[in-house]
Amino acid sequence: MMATGILLFSLAALLQFFSSYCRSLIAASSKQPLSPEVKDVTGLTKGASGDDFARVVQLLHLCPERPEDRSSVQAIGAYFRMINFLRATVARVVPSLRAWIEFERAQCAYFAAVALDRRIAFSRDMLAQQMDT
Amino acid sequence: MDQGAETEIVPGPLGYTIWFLGALLEVSVVVCAVAKHSLRRYLFLNLYMAASFLVSVGRFQILTHFGLTSTEYTYFYFYSDVLLTICLYFALISLYLHVFDEMKVESIVRLTAVFLLAGTAIFSYFVVEQSSSKMLTHFFFELSQNLYFVGLVLTYLLWGAILKMRETRTRLIQLVLSLGVYFSVFAATLALRNLYPNLQVVWEYIAPLFGCLLPLSWAYAFWRLPEEARLSTARLAVIPR
Repeated sequence: MMATGILLFSLAALLQFFSSYCRSLIAASSKQPLSPEVKDVTGLTKGASGDDFARVVQLLHLCPERPEDRSSVQAIGAYFRMINFLRATVARVVPSLRAWIEFERAQCAYFAAVALDRRIAFSRDMLAQQMDT
Repeated sequence: MDQGAETEIVPGPLGYTIWFLGALLEVSVVVCAVAKHSLRRYLFLNLYMAASFLVSVGRFQILTHFGLTSTEYTYFYFYSDVLLTICLYFALISLYLHVFDEMKVESIVRLTAVFLLAGTAIFSYFVVEQSSSKMLTHFFFELSQNLYFVGLVLTYLLWGAILKMRETRTRLIQLVLSLGVYFSVFAATLALRNLYPNLQVVWEYIAPLFGCLLPLSWAYAFWRLPEEARLSTARLAVIPR
C-alpha cells in the first residue's frame, strides 16, 4: 500500500518535473529568431504549428548532429509524444485543453526549427574549417 | 537486501556500458563546470559528481578484485551508496541556498536540513529495529531509500518556491528540474522494486540508465546555459494560465 502510494506520487512528480524541464528548454530557445533560409526550408514563414514538428525533425536528422543538443532534442521529442497522447485522450473530454495543447505542439516545432538552424550553422562552420585547411 | 545482493547477476556488457557511460558523464559535469567557471558557485553539485565518479572507480576496483557476491563489495556498495545519497541531499540543500540567497535565511535552511537528515536517520533506525534483519547494511539501505523520498519531496517544495518567487535564472531552474526528474525516477524505481521484487534484473539496468540522465542534464546546463541566462517561470507552470 505504502509502495503504491510512493509510486503514484513519484510518477506524478516525474510527469510534472519532466514537462517543466522540457518547457524550460523550449522557453530558452523561443526568443531566438529563425534565419530566413530555415523559414523557407521548413515552411515556417507564418509561425510554427504542431503539424510541422515531424517534418522539421526529419530535416534535423539529415544534418550532422551537434553533441550538445542531442539530449534536448530527444527530450522534446518525448514531450511532443506526451502532448500528442493528451491530445488524443484527455483533450477529447476536456475541450478547453485543446488550445493549450496546440500551443505546446507549435512550441515544440519551433524548438526543432531553432535546433535545425543551429545544426546548419554548425555544418557550415565545419565546412568552412575544412576549406581553410 | 543483503541476501538479494548475494544472488545478484554479474553485470553483462550492457551493464558495464551503462556504468562506464555514467562515470564518464559524471566527470563531464565537473569538466563543464570548470570550463565555464561555475565550479565554486555550484560547489556541492560538483562535489557530488566528483564523489560519484570516485565511488564508481572504487566499486569497479572492488568488483574486479573480490567479485560481485563478495562481502567486501556488498559493504562498499551500501556504505558508498548512503554517503552519495547524503552528498546529493546536501547538493539539493545548496540549491535551496541559491534560491533563497537574497532572503538571508542560510542558517535556518542549514539547521532545518540537518534536523531533517537526523530525523530521517532516526526513522530509518526504528524501521530496521522492528524488522528481522538488524544489520548495519540494512539500516544504510533504508536510510538511502528514505532520503531519496525526502529528496523528492524537498525538490518538489523547492520547485514550488521557484514558481512562487518567480525565479528567473535558467541554469538554476534546469538544475533543479533535472534533480526533480532524477529523484522521482529513483523513488518510483524503489517503489516498483518493493512491489515487484522478481523483476530485479530489469531494475538493475533501468536504475543506472536513468542515473545517467542527471549528469547528462547538469553537464548540458553548465555547458550550454550562461549564468546570466534568464527565463520567465510563468512559461513553465504545467497548468495553462
